[in-house]
Amino acid sequence: MFDLLGTRLASRLLLGTAQYPSPAILADAVKASGTSVVTVSLRREMAGGKAGEKFWALISALGTKILPNTAGCHSVKEAVTTAKMAREVFGTSWIKLEVIGNHDTLQPDVFGLVEAARVLCEDGFAVLPYTTDDLVVAERLLGAGCKVLMPWCAPIGSALGPVNITALRAMRRHFPDVPLIVDAGLGRPSHAATVMELGFDAVLLNTAVAKAADPIGMARAFGKAVEAGREAFSSGMLEPRDVAVPSTPTIGRAVFS
Amino acid sequence: MKLMVNGEAHEVAAITLAELLAALDYEGDWLATAVNSDLVHKANRAEFQLSDGDRIEILSPMQGG
Repeated sequence: MFDLLGTRLASRLLLGTAQYPSPAILADAVKASGTSVVTVSLRREMAGGKAGEKFWALISALGTKILPNTAGCHSVKEAVTTAKMAREVFGTSWIKLEVIGNHDTLQPDVFGLVEAARVLCEDGFAVLPYTTDDLVVAERLLGAGCKVLMPWCAPIGSALGPVNITALRAMRRHFPDVPLIVDAGLGRPSHAATVMELGFDAVLLNTAVAKAADPIGMARAFGKAVEAGREAFSSGMLEPRDVAVPSTPTIGRAVFS
Repeated sequence: MKLMVNGEAHEVAAITLAELLAALDYEGDWLATAVNSDLVHKANRAEFQLSDGDRIEILSPMQGG
């Protein structure tokens, strides 16, 4: 079990709901992953449209906790208003806060992010900020009232995996008591296992599962990788050595010449 | 009155936000509304008076990462 903002979660995998081949595959992938939290967004509804109703019925039936996002927001005002609208629709004060600063890299605007985080925390939100691995920005976000940090490990949807292990390691070391969730950039289950082995508390991913040839199988694989990585971290891994060390006992071996 | 609703121009007779939603066939508990970039709570739509040129956003749950 994993305690996130006072909620006990069975899984350390948080899963996005976008880009699946069909609603049925999305639902099955969520179940196969074992996730306890799915991310959702708000978008313009067509006049007379029922797209939102259908999607909301599908998500509600999954029984997971909902984490709305502010994806696509490029300003503090946009992000704050979207968060408030999400709180009303989804009935949760949790918000995955995104303030995007660059169209190509989808890199967070960390200055806007800190400002939006402060406004929302003061308004009673539990802010989960999508941020970089910059330690100073992380400090500012904590100062703004965030209790959780969600650093990227590579650009959103890139599937590159952890491109700067040193920075992630430093972040874990620098904030031993802050829940840290790697959000964005994971491509393979081994990437998820790697960051979990570093001691990260959870991972959040979407594209790597949704765009896999078999999203349901990949969801299950990520679920297992996250568990394996966490258990490895908790079990104390062997440090690498530069010399060979025999694993079979050398005492008592036969001599044939 | 001329309004922008989800980025499209509309000429409507509605006076309040609730009337606008009804006129454009928006219905449902899952909708969220904002006028001129500020949230208007569901409970306040019936009394929220619209003005010429207002920009209205009507959002609903969608897939997200």
